[in-house]
Amino acid sequence: MADVRYAKAVNMALDDAMAADPAVVLFGEDIAEAGGPFGVTRGLLEKYGDRRVRDTPISEATIVGAAVGAAMSGLKPVVEIMFMDFVTIAMDAMVNQAAKARFMFGGQCSVPLVLRTPHGGGVNAGPQHSQCLEAWFAHIPGLKVVVPSNPSDANRLLKSAIMDPDPVVFVENKAMYSLKGEFDDASETIVIGTAHVARSGDDVTIVSYGAAVNTALQAAETLAPRDISVEVVDLRSIQPWDEATVLASLARTHRLIVLHEAVTAFGVGAEIVARMSDIGFDELDAPIKRVGAPFMPTPFAKSLENQYLPNAKDVIAAVEQVLA
Amino acid sequence: MSPTKSDNSVPISQLLEFYERMLLVREAENRLSKLFADGEVPGFIHLSVGQEAVCVGVTSALETRDTLASNHRGHGHALSKGVELNSFFLEVMGKEEGICGGRGGSMHVADMSVGMLGANGIVGAGIPLAVGSALAHQVQENGAIAVAFFGDGALAEGVLHESFNLAALWKLPILFVCENNGWSEFSPTGRQFNANVRELAGVFGIPSAFVDGDDVLAVNEAASELVTAIRAGEGPYVLECVTHRVRGHFEGDPQKYRAESEINSLPDHDPITKLETIISKRRIPKKEVVAIRGTIEARINAAVEAGRGGNAPDFSRAKADVYTAVEEV
Repeated sequence: MADVRYAKAVNMALDDAMAADPAVVLFGEDIAEAGGPFGVTRGLLEKYGDRRVRDTPISEATIVGAAVGAAMSGLKPVVEIMFMDFVTIAMDAMVNQAAKARFMFGGQCSVPLVLRTPHGGGVNAGPQHSQCLEAWFAHIPGLKVVVPSNPSDANRLLKSAIMDPDPVVFVENKAMYSLKGEFDDASETIVIGTAHVARSGDDVTIVSYGAAVNTALQAAETLAPRDISVEVVDLRSIQPWDEATVLASLARTHRLIVLHEAVTAFGVGAEIVARMSDIGFDELDAPIKRVGAPFMPTPFAKSLENQYLPNAKDVIAAVEQVLA
Repeated sequence: MSPTKSDNSVPISQLLEFYERMLLVREAENRLSKLFADGEVPGFIHLSVGQEAVCVGVTSALETRDTLASNHRGHGHALSKGVELNSFFLEVMGKEEGICGGRGGSMHVADMSVGMLGANGIVGAGIPLAVGSALAHQVQENGAIAVAFFGDGALAEGVLHESFNLAALWKLPILFVCENNGWSEFSPTGRQFNANVRELAGVFGIPSAFVDGDDVLAVNEAASELVTAIRAGEGPYVLECVTHRVRGHFEGDPQKYRAESEINSLPDHDPITKLETIISKRRIPKKEVVAIRGTIEARINAAVEAGRGGNAPDFSRAKADVYTAVEEV
């Protein structure tokens, strides 16, 4: 088992999907000649040619709109939106077109497109290049939203997303592109909607997704010497999300924390808390805590951004509260 | 306006075919207007009465494999691309047996089996869909082309400008058809768009043609030429058809914003009356025209009855189509 960087793992999934299916095409800003702003699509133009790997102009609304039309006409487009903040310009195509086509046309067609885009702060990119907007998409019936936390998952989940007949928002993380992780080429496919218990524990469950899973694992590691046993559930996808695995974990630990980098208010955590306080009410020995970013834009300056991003200390404080 | 073939060069059978196809759209919409007023069609409907020469003229130049993305004023696009009449009425009347199971209604009629990628409730949104469909045709080298129908009200939408650019850069097999009826919803387009569509296309290097959109022969001749060029790999073209919207933006719109003189002049532009004049000059027996009218009326009566006989859509079936069912492994 070799270590592979997150960006390379995504690249390998694209490569495998293109090799397996000629209907898979890639397009986006600077993804072909330049190999992508983060190098994720490097080498694919050379390997698959300019029919299937295309640079687009800076036209997010039409990139995604065209992906919808292409997906309705026999292709499996995988489009890249350079920063998740830029999907604001492409929302009609995702929300009104891609998400609804199957439903409003009476099941006549599916829209097998994947929109890849990196979210997240930590690189001082400022208010318009750092947002975690995944909850917007998770709120739209017809879309799926996948947020992998490590290279191996990113690889396997992207392959599942490309094979999926429905539109999938595949959320990467720009701070994680250079992160290395264990990678086994022969590992199993991940079904979208299945969570993974990243660390087993008995005292408290932390549910998270994306890069924040690593923050949760770090907090768990720090707490272990204090005899606090933390279970970390990596959702891997937030729409659909694996309610059963979260409930099962809660039924063991009786305490729950939801952690994400996105702004806490009206975020993914709100949905998880609402569901668990309903179907998991009898299991709870303490109020459920949410840990996320404060209700403000992501600031630029290093000192500000450091205070803004939820970190292991914030998670530990929440664990102490639910155990108090 | 581009010169039109002399009327005599068009075979009588084709004249009658255009007539029948335009009349189908006209009478279907006239009936929808009545059904809407009577409360048998819910929601909003946007009629294209007066614009039938455009959809019929363009789609007569297409093949079934070609794809079309439409807009909110899309009944004519759907019917002339080949959506079956009964399933069309069933849909607009909100029935389970409708082409879209009663989920979409007037603004979302689609039929993938005839390349109708859907009417659209968002102005301009069908244009990039057609661009993507053209991309699929190009990548798959299947010989098909895509058509985007949009009104002059979509000219100020950013996606149109982006789509022209992308289609030109990638030399996509797409025909952009602008149905210019002079009105952007409730406002004259002159107050909304400070350019014209052919100049805009020219900026991106996209050649264009301009026709009287109330003359089905002119529309069809121009569309046929452009479709041949696009199919030959020449890349995108724009066809601007100047036409007239007889009804309001939506049914029930009292159109107080239009001058009486303009409304009074609308019959002079009627594409069906114009074709009837041509037909009468060709000494086609009147009974043939009468027979066509009778056939259309009977078909529409039958479609309305089918619509009335349809079932209310099933909620659980509708909900099951939010995502594609995947077989349990």
